Amino acid sequence: MKFFRVIGRSLRDSLKSVGRNFSLSLASITCVMITLIIVGVALIITYNVEDSTKKLKKDLSIFVFVSNDADNFDITSLETQIKGIDNVDKDYVKYKSKAEIKKEMMESNDTFENIMENWDDEENPLQNIYIVKVIDSNRIGETATAIKNLSKVSSAKYGEGMVEQLLLAFNGIEKFSFVAVIALVLVTIFLIINTIKLTIFSRKREISIMRLVGASNVSIKLPFVFEGMFIGIIGAIIPVICVVYGYYWVYDILGGKLISDVITLLKPSEIVFKISIFIVLIGGIVGMLGSASAVRKYLKV
Amino acid sequence: MGLIEFKNVTKQYKNGVTALYDLNLDIEKGDFVFIIGGSGSGKSTLIKLLYREEKPSKGTILLGGIRVEKLRNRSVYKLRRKLGIVFQDYRLLPKLTVYENVAFALEAIGEKKSNIKPKVLKSLELVGLKGRIRDYPENLSGGEQQRVAIARAIVNEPRVLICDEPTGNLDPVMSLEIVQLLADINEKEGTTVLMVTHDKDIVNKMQKHVIALREGHLFKDYKKGDYVDEVL
Repeated sequence: MKFFRVIGRSLRDSLKSVGRNFSLSLASITCVMITLIIVGVALIITYNVEDSTKKLKKDLSIFVFVSNDADNFDITSLETQIKGIDNVDKDYVKYKSKAEIKKEMMESNDTFENIMENWDDEENPLQNIYIVKVIDSNRIGETATAIKNLSKVSSAKYGEGMVEQLLLAFNGIEKFSFVAVIALVLVTIFLIINTIKLTIFSRKREISIMRLVGASNVSIKLPFVFEGMFIGIIGAIIPVICVVYGYYWVYDILGGKLISDVITLLKPSEIVFKISIFIVLIGGIVGMLGSASAVRKYLKV
Repeated sequence: MGLIEFKNVTKQYKNGVTALYDLNLDIEKGDFVFIIGGSGSGKSTLIKLLYREEKPSKGTILLGGIRVEKLRNRSVYKLRRKLGIVFQDYRLLPKLTVYENVAFALEAIGEKKSNIKPKVLKSLELVGLKGRIRDYPENLSGGEQQRVAIARAIVNEPRVLICDEPTGNLDPVMSLEIVQLLADINEKEGTTVLMVTHDKDIVNKMQKHVIALREGHLFKDYKKGDYVDEVL
């Protein structure tokens, strides 16, 4: 019971203190707000980049072109050889004959149909292929080379050059957002430490009396920790609104995709709730961490 | 065994100044003790050691069974709850009323809400300020402010009341009133009172147990009624 009384009193005192030192609190709240807006934007970017990377990696395939001189036996044995290569997804090695490819192409486009309809099997210049998926997309290059070195393989393509650049760009964006968020969180912690430090100084007399009458360390320190938490949570309100409405707005304007169909945006409903919770949590936790550190540093009890 | 015991207590500060040398004291439960001495005699250090604001360099201090010098910082509050402390400068919170200042001490230690009001009113009645509960410290005289500080110190019914020059800022008439109030509390509530003072008139008049310090040493321990004014 006593524990709850101490918690209740601490919560009440911390709210009072936020109000009493409002101009000071406002500076911290504003800073938390700006940080969290950027954190929110970074989170949206990260989620989308992650999703696009995942989609890209999922669609990543090696097209293995089989030599025209390969007979049926060679084709079957090639499949076994491909499956034997490390990093090849053994459940996804699909064969497509040149006849099938021709058919698919003719169905997809009238021009192709006109050109290809007179090709018989002998004249068909297309090649039989294997479509191969890999387990680790980062090693797709070496896997393609290994496949290329097999006999009866004329070439193995996976969109080299473009894929690597895209993955590199995604990785870069993810890392940059991460570093930006960490840097801003540190700045916020520093500002909260300062706010709480000033609050501690302005309440020095009160604290010394609390110590004299026998208030425990926890009951002296707790209000300051809660104060930091409240500053963080109050500072999270506007960022949540900005991020939620902002993302809906951007999504509508861009029609759910970026540049082309290659990069699609995640539906707002899929992520805004998660991100809002995350922003509030970061606000609260960063506030608590900042004030806990200030209390440890400046509140000698 | 007394309520408060100092055994071979020495206190040397970090700057090398020794404030107390090998001090031995024994104070009984319910005693009223004046601690007197000139500047630098170690009076304030003695009581700071008692409420564990300072730690002795050597020796042991016992208060109601607690080994004061062994208390860790985080456990000091357990000792302080057995003590009431009054200072020369009152140390009241100016934005709180008389009632709130006294209640603050109970709220700070997590006292039940329903217990706070009767305890605060009882303690304010004891110091004769029940009629001023809504006043702010700035509207009170020095003597009245000190009464509020005493009410705050006794509201938690401490075993020991420590007063560091409580009359230092008051005129002789008010000083006597405050000391009389402390003597009443000592008598009625059985609270042990330790009062540091340099006001010899009061000490003379009250004729209580007197501990006289000089340059960090125990100069004389006068039992109740034995005190004679002499140059320390």
